[in-house]
Amino acid sequence: MDKQVSALITPSAPRIMAERQPRIAARNVNIYYDEKRAINNLSIDIPDKAVSAFIGPSGCGKSTFLRAVNRMNDTIPSCRMTGEVRLDGKNIYDRDVDVVELRSHVGMVFQKPNPFPKSIYENVAYGPRIHGLAKDKAALDEIVENALKKAGLFEEVKDRMTHSGTSLSGGQQQRLCIARAIAVNPEVILMDEPCSALDPIATARIEELIDELRQNFCIIIVTHSMQQAARVSQLTAFFHLGTLVEYGDTDEMFTSPQDKRTQDYITGRFG
Amino acid sequence: MTDTTYKQRLAKRYAAESRFKAYGAIALILTSAFLLYLLVDIARKGWPAFFEHRATIDVTLDAAQIDVANPGAADYSGMVKESWRAQFPDFTSRGDKKKLNLLLSQAASDDLRQQVIANPALIGQTVKTEVLLSDEADLYLKGQSQEADKAVLEKVMAMVPVERHVSWRLLTNGDSREPELAGLRGAIMGSLFTVLVALLLGLPIGVAAAVYLEQFAPKNRWTDFLEVNINNLAAVPSIIFGLFGLAMFLNLFGMPRSAPVVGGLVLALLVLPTIIIASRAALKAVPPSIKEAALGVGASDQQAVFHHVLPLALPGVLTGAILGLARAFGETAPLLMIGMVAFIADVPKGFTDAATVLPVQIYLWSDLPELTFQSKTAAAIMVLIAILFSLNAVAIYLRKKFERRW
Repeated sequence: MDKQVSALITPSAPRIMAERQPRIAARNVNIYYDEKRAINNLSIDIPDKAVSAFIGPSGCGKSTFLRAVNRMNDTIPSCRMTGEVRLDGKNIYDRDVDVVELRSHVGMVFQKPNPFPKSIYENVAYGPRIHGLAKDKAALDEIVENALKKAGLFEEVKDRMTHSGTSLSGGQQQRLCIARAIAVNPEVILMDEPCSALDPIATARIEELIDELRQNFCIIIVTHSMQQAARVSQLTAFFHLGTLVEYGDTDEMFTSPQDKRTQDYITGRFG
Repeated sequence: MTDTTYKQRLAKRYAAESRFKAYGAIALILTSAFLLYLLVDIARKGWPAFFEHRATIDVTLDAAQIDVANPGAADYSGMVKESWRAQFPDFTSRGDKKKLNLLLSQAASDDLRQQVIANPALIGQTVKTEVLLSDEADLYLKGQSQEADKAVLEKVMAMVPVERHVSWRLLTNGDSREPELAGLRGAIMGSLFTVLVALLLGLPIGVAAAVYLEQFAPKNRWTDFLEVNINNLAAVPSIIFGLFGLAMFLNLFGMPRSAPVVGGLVLALLVLPTIIIASRAALKAVPPSIKEAALGVGASDQQAVFHHVLPLALPGVLTGAILGLARAFGETAPLLMIGMVAFIADVPKGFTDAATVLPVQIYLWSDLPELTFQSKTAAAIMVLIAILFSLNAVAIYLRKKFERRW
């Protein structure tokens, strides 16, 4: 049933979805800010262990939809939503879903690096601590070390774990934020333009990291850079004016887009 | 545009700029001058009040007059007066003796009494003791007034040593009708008790209200209405709070009149808006990305606020609280309404004892005709200003210490 729906609504279902169960499945999602509709009847299936990129011009709703996946939009009073977003088949907007627990399964990395003004160690340890993931100090140390290793930051900071997280460089801060998100052991990582505040070298470093993380996580990345989408993602979704115009395998999307709007955007005619 | 008109315009612009700078400098100089004049004037008037004059005389502690079991009960005043007159055999007439007595303070024997209570072995001996001179003699010696009998005083000074000492009485005594004995201890303790109550009530309630309004409350017409009224409350004249306290705490609840606990309640209401507004501003200044980061790793709303947002806002909250505290210390009008304006000689020992506070003490003393009280008024102002300056210094220190950048 899910596959039928996605075949119906998604203009071009990516090939990759034919052989996989979707980790995230959105159905008929509408999101409004007050009366203004930001997302228009959107349905999409997103697979596990792959990077899906959301591209589109500013204000097209890609960030809004991303934030719907871990219910970050709940914090905006004027924001209202209809439809379903399923994580492993379970609608995360059901009454019995706890938003705090949900966010421990769906981590998020923000546009601007936002480490807590605390030590590097505390930044990573905070999540596991509030979720009670570590029995004792040694276990917590291990979680922190593993998260930092997975984020490729451990070697750089192992001698200064007590230094403030804000003392790191921009790229290091963003990797710290990724480590912080990984530390609570999520299944999905949402990234909202994670490289927009970084220089090209730091960006390349993060992109490598995203490629490594793909082995273990379902990653969704919102990006303004089509080159970045082409480099890191296996699937690309093009948003325009609140609608999902086209969704498909990245290599196909960039070589032979189906929709004229996608083609115009990719070739730089607008956006 | 030709070259010359452009240059003229440029010259005009520079002239306007330097004029504006000059206005700023003049304003600054005027304010500094006023402040300096105020402080210097108060210091000049208040400085003498920190000193007193004492004469050293021999007093014979007659064993027959002092009960060893209860040395405090003896008539030291009589003994001191007798010894005092005995120092000056020249003065024989009734009038002269009276003039002699007038040079001594009512409490001239207090120090001697303390000496004997501390060391009963002195009984039966002749001891050297210092006796406090009256305010008139004191003022004459400080060159502030000629009211004392000059001739008598000159003779006395020729025969017994009279010395100037720091007047700790000013800080350790309660209020008194005798100018040379009046001290600030009662007012200082009253102020401390009152402000402590105001702080203990105002800070937690104010911070809790600010956290709720800023972080949890839904943004609707009701909270907008609340916000407007909190701002209005900050602008309500303080005497209105006093009237409210009188009607509510004294008349309705029957709480004790003149008590620091009631004063503290009224001042808590008075500083609440200040604390709420300052705390809200401090909370608002914490970047929302910090809260989002906490929510993003699965912290609940409350955890995000109490683990991250509030600690980061704390320096601002504390600064607001201390400024509110400084306002509470200086507040007079509302306390007049709840009866903290009475003459109270005893130093308050608790929150329900009758008390007065520093600014009210200043108000009371400034009304008294004696010259010494005028000087003591200025001295009390100096003490109050010193307290307020140190509170502000603490506020600045806290802000500098905990200030963070992100």
